[in-house]
Amino acid sequence: MNMHDFLSPPVETARRTGPHDRIVMSSRVRLARNLRGLAFPGWAKKSERVKALEIIRPAVESLPQLSGAFSETMDNLGPLDKQILVERHLISREHAAKSSGSGLVLNKEESLCVMINEEDHLRMQALRPGLQLRQAWMAIDQVDSELELKLDYAFNPELGYLTACPTNLGTGIRVSAMLHLPGLVLSEQITQIISSVNKLGLAVRGLYGEGTEALGNVFQVSNQMTLGEVETEIVERLNKVLMQIIEHEENARGLLLEKKPKIVYNHIGRAYGILANAHSITSKETMNLLSLMRLGVDLGEFPAGERALIDELFVITQPAHLQKQFTEKLVAEERDLLRADMLRDRLRHVNRPNPKAPGPGGPALDKRN
Amino acid sequence: MLCMLCKQNPAKVHLTQIVDDKMQKVDLCEDCAKQKGVNHPSFSPADLLFGLGASQEIAQTSSGVEVRCPGCGFTQADFKKAGRLGCAQCYATFAEGLEGLLKTMHKGIKHVGKTPAALRQGRDLNERLKHLQKKLDKAVTTEDFEEAASLRDEIKSTKDQLDSIPSR
Repeated sequence: MNMHDFLSPPVETARRTGPHDRIVMSSRVRLARNLRGLAFPGWAKKSERVKALEIIRPAVESLPQLSGAFSETMDNLGPLDKQILVERHLISREHAAKSSGSGLVLNKEESLCVMINEEDHLRMQALRPGLQLRQAWMAIDQVDSELELKLDYAFNPELGYLTACPTNLGTGIRVSAMLHLPGLVLSEQITQIISSVNKLGLAVRGLYGEGTEALGNVFQVSNQMTLGEVETEIVERLNKVLMQIIEHEENARGLLLEKKPKIVYNHIGRAYGILANAHSITSKETMNLLSLMRLGVDLGEFPAGERALIDELFVITQPAHLQKQFTEKLVAEERDLLRADMLRDRLRHVNRPNPKAPGPGGPALDKRN
Repeated sequence: MLCMLCKQNPAKVHLTQIVDDKMQKVDLCEDCAKQKGVNHPSFSPADLLFGLGASQEIAQTSSGVEVRCPGCGFTQADFKKAGRLGCAQCYATFAEGLEGLLKTMHKGIKHVGKTPAALRQGRDLNERLKHLQKKLDKAVTTEDFEEAASLRDEIKSTKDQLDSIPSR
């Protein structure tokens, strides 16, 4: 089946909602598993990888949770298709670089995605909108329990599930959430938050894991330790930290509005101005400005219904998604023009941001402090 | 900020490297940086992944002889280069060098999480078997033969259950 007939259009995926989705864009739990007696994918010869794929793929496809799934080998997907999967956060960049001997099985709801022969033989993940780490864990735990009846996992009672990288050893679990934190960035508290989260043994990464400065003020928080702790404890610990980050972000937004409303409105107004009127814009600038518009929705400057549009634009303005709409190969400069055209068109019906009138005796100018 | 290594001198060399999409940051003083050969081509990703000195640690187990995994032919040199192991058996092959590494990167070095059901069932049955065996020994010493006979039956059925678990 064609991947594009299978994937839900971004206009639909952007409408998915979940708890705390003002701040938590999505939750994910990933498990790493390997087969006994076969070398890990990075060290295996091609014939061994193909063998592992031939064992794993039918087992995954046979699960009830994955009936009617999209299942394909990576050599049958073009570079553009792979990039689209990365932009949707369905596969890792590492997996996108794989070819024959690697595969992908994705369910219709795009809530379960199994990467075969990524760094480990199996990388299975459950995805949920908003803050739903427990639900994601339960879903992937169930998939794993059914798969273990069909596959012979490499497991050692002392060390747990054996993984290619010792950093994943034991539970093989990576629990993560994508957070939209413009308040903490604008109030310059983000570095402090990142360093305290790091001290708790959790990692903070950018949108695609690269660099510290996250594109579009989106940060990924995940556990790092996988051995010596029970899965549910890891999930609960991360959940607790996320609840605290949410609180800090809400406080930061509240404080900004109270102390420096003009600065916030200025950022949001300019973001809207540029996005709605530019004739050339890079994807990086687009993401950073869309983030501010998203904040504008949260602060009531745009109707709440516009958040789905902004989240959709967040996806479809990315390079591969943009390229997909055109048959001829575009260079970056051409994409910038077409991206701007698309944004102007889609934002045509969105009214200018409407800052709430300051309360009685409210400040006309930002307070100095 | 102090040097991550000596924790005495201020860190002057800040290294950020992307290894398989993961960002690794290292902050060192000039002396330690020189000692560790940062900016030197031989500075390996394994060092960055697992903290400095990690690849030396795993190499130490060699005691002059190159250890090669019987399962997949993987060597310490390969680990130093890739930062990944070759197969599940590598964990036994390089156990000695890995233990220190695991201590630094994880909460504990013993798995306490999920266990495949078949193994869990086997473990429970084995424990039950041990318990029954003890009771049996006690029954025999106290010459409680009626109890001993019933325990023997129970042991037999437990063993049968153990045998019926698909082998792993």
